Amino acid sequence: MLTLADVRYRYPGAARDALHGVSLDARPGELHAILGPNGSGKTTLLRVALGLLRPDAGRARIAGRPAHLWPRRELAKIVGVVPQREETAFPQRVRESVLLGRYPHLSLWRGEGAADRAAVTSALERSDAADLADRWIATLSGGEYQRVRLARALAQEPSVLVLDEPTASLDLRHEMDLFELVRDLVDRENLSAILITHHVNLAARFADRVLLLAAGRPAGAGTPAEVLSRDAAERVFEWPVEIQQFDARPQMVPLRKRKDRP
Amino acid sequence: MKALALGGLAALVLALAVILGPTHVAWADLSTSPVVRDLRVPRALLAFLVGGALAVSGASLQALVRNPLADPFLLGLSGGAGLGAVLAIAGHLSGPWALPLAAFAGALAATALVYRLGLVADAELDPRVLLLAGVAVGAFAGAVMTAIVSLSDAVELRNAFLWLWGGLSGASWLTVLVIAVYLPLPLIVLYASARSLDLLALGEEPARHLGAEVTPVKRRVYLAASALTGAAVAVSGVIGFVGLIVPHLMRFGWGHRHRALLPASFVGGGILLVAADILARVAVAPRELPVGIVTALVGVPLFALLLRRWTT
Repeated sequence: MLTLADVRYRYPGAARDALHGVSLDARPGELHAILGPNGSGKTTLLRVALGLLRPDAGRARIAGRPAHLWPRRELAKIVGVVPQREETAFPQRVRESVLLGRYPHLSLWRGEGAADRAAVTSALERSDAADLADRWIATLSGGEYQRVRLARALAQEPSVLVLDEPTASLDLRHEMDLFELVRDLVDRENLSAILITHHVNLAARFADRVLLLAAGRPAGAGTPAEVLSRDAAERVFEWPVEIQQFDARPQMVPLRKRKDRP
Repeated sequence: MKALALGGLAALVLALAVILGPTHVAWADLSTSPVVRDLRVPRALLAFLVGGALAVSGASLQALVRNPLADPFLLGLSGGAGLGAVLAIAGHLSGPWALPLAAFAGALAATALVYRLGLVADAELDPRVLLLAGVAVGAFAGAVMTAIVSLSDAVELRNAFLWLWGGLSGASWLTVLVIAVYLPLPLIVLYASARSLDLLALGEEPARHLGAEVTPVKRRVYLAASALTGAAVAVSGVIGFVGLIVPHLMRFGWGHRHRALLPASFVGGGILLVAADILARVAVAPRELPVGIVTALVGVPLFALLLRRWTT
């Protein structure tokens, strides 16, 4: 559905490439996690993949068409995005906010119909946010808000779901809730999902494939077991770690510099 | 129901604007009196259209710069439009039909300047800096206007206060016709952009992900809001705070989806300015206040209230 092939991108005036030789192939029913330290190019990768930036070399395609050539409205019908941040300058209720996800499907002069309202209700249910429908956005907790934003992306009825650090600043329960939810959607609805996260261990447990980025270059791509070696992790995160196995998935334990190391 | 209430209120203030005034007109003479036919009716209609234009312009700009405290006055558009109009008159360049175009050009120039100032170090537009830049540009335009007015023949700028403080005393059937011709196109453009404005309120990148073509939408909305402001300022001078307050009041009843908010704001803005003009005409009769003073006297305290509400 969404592919990057050997993508290179450099911001205008920058001294080095923000992305270099990065590839990704997101297929239906797969959850891809993109890992890497701050400034490693994760968000730039999303921008290129979603056609907001045009790669200097290589290809970024969605459903076979170069990403930057998609009219945004057409793209919004097949790719749903939960970006890192959004603004809430004006008070709004949850159902209204989720309805924004239907906008790409609405024609210029017609209002939303029964089908759109049904899609909103279904999206709220699938993201476990049905009971929030009549609340004001400003009264939601961090975890509730993220579920609502996921519902908005689902209301777009996308085949690709993209999430940029959706669990930043969430506590454990809400973080697990969200990962379970996304995994469930990928499995049951055959969505293709791309998730940027700092949580290496959750990515290793939930994702089918992992892309590890360091300074804009791929430091590993494949199944969690293939990518998350002690060697690669220490190189990318610049910190001593140990890799243990849990549930047949690698889990990374950061070491204390003085205590854990001889 | 609430639409009906708003419509009823509009009919009521328009009727009051025709009935009330410094000159007493008997009930029986209302339909025949030249005071009513040539002064009060066109003035009430002009106030309604100008108020509506300013309110729609304000509602659109608030979504565009994602700042609920924005309006054409605070963003410097009105000041620029006033300066454009005053320059055109002082340079003998304009009749009633060209004046809105000069004001439109002034509003656009002010917008461009504010936008340039608001771009801090090429970063993404900061709505707070934009507002500060707007106030600065507006103040500068006001100073230049005052300078031109005080240096030129009074005959040229028959009613200098009209431009500096806004006033509807120049109302005639011609000015009503002028603004009625200039308003529909920008109003349609903004209504057609209503859903994009809903999305833009989330921020530019989230709006793109939901299907908005952000750059063309921003350009269209700036142009249309400047055209509305230009047309309004050309016939009535710089009237502040209508564009700020009305969208807020309307959000209580119509929410913040612009397909509903923009039409409601148009009617609400019309009501507010007609009511303010009634006050301006009868409060100190037989003399009259510039209507911009009335909107400022009502608007500034309300603005202070809003500021508290949005910052707490």
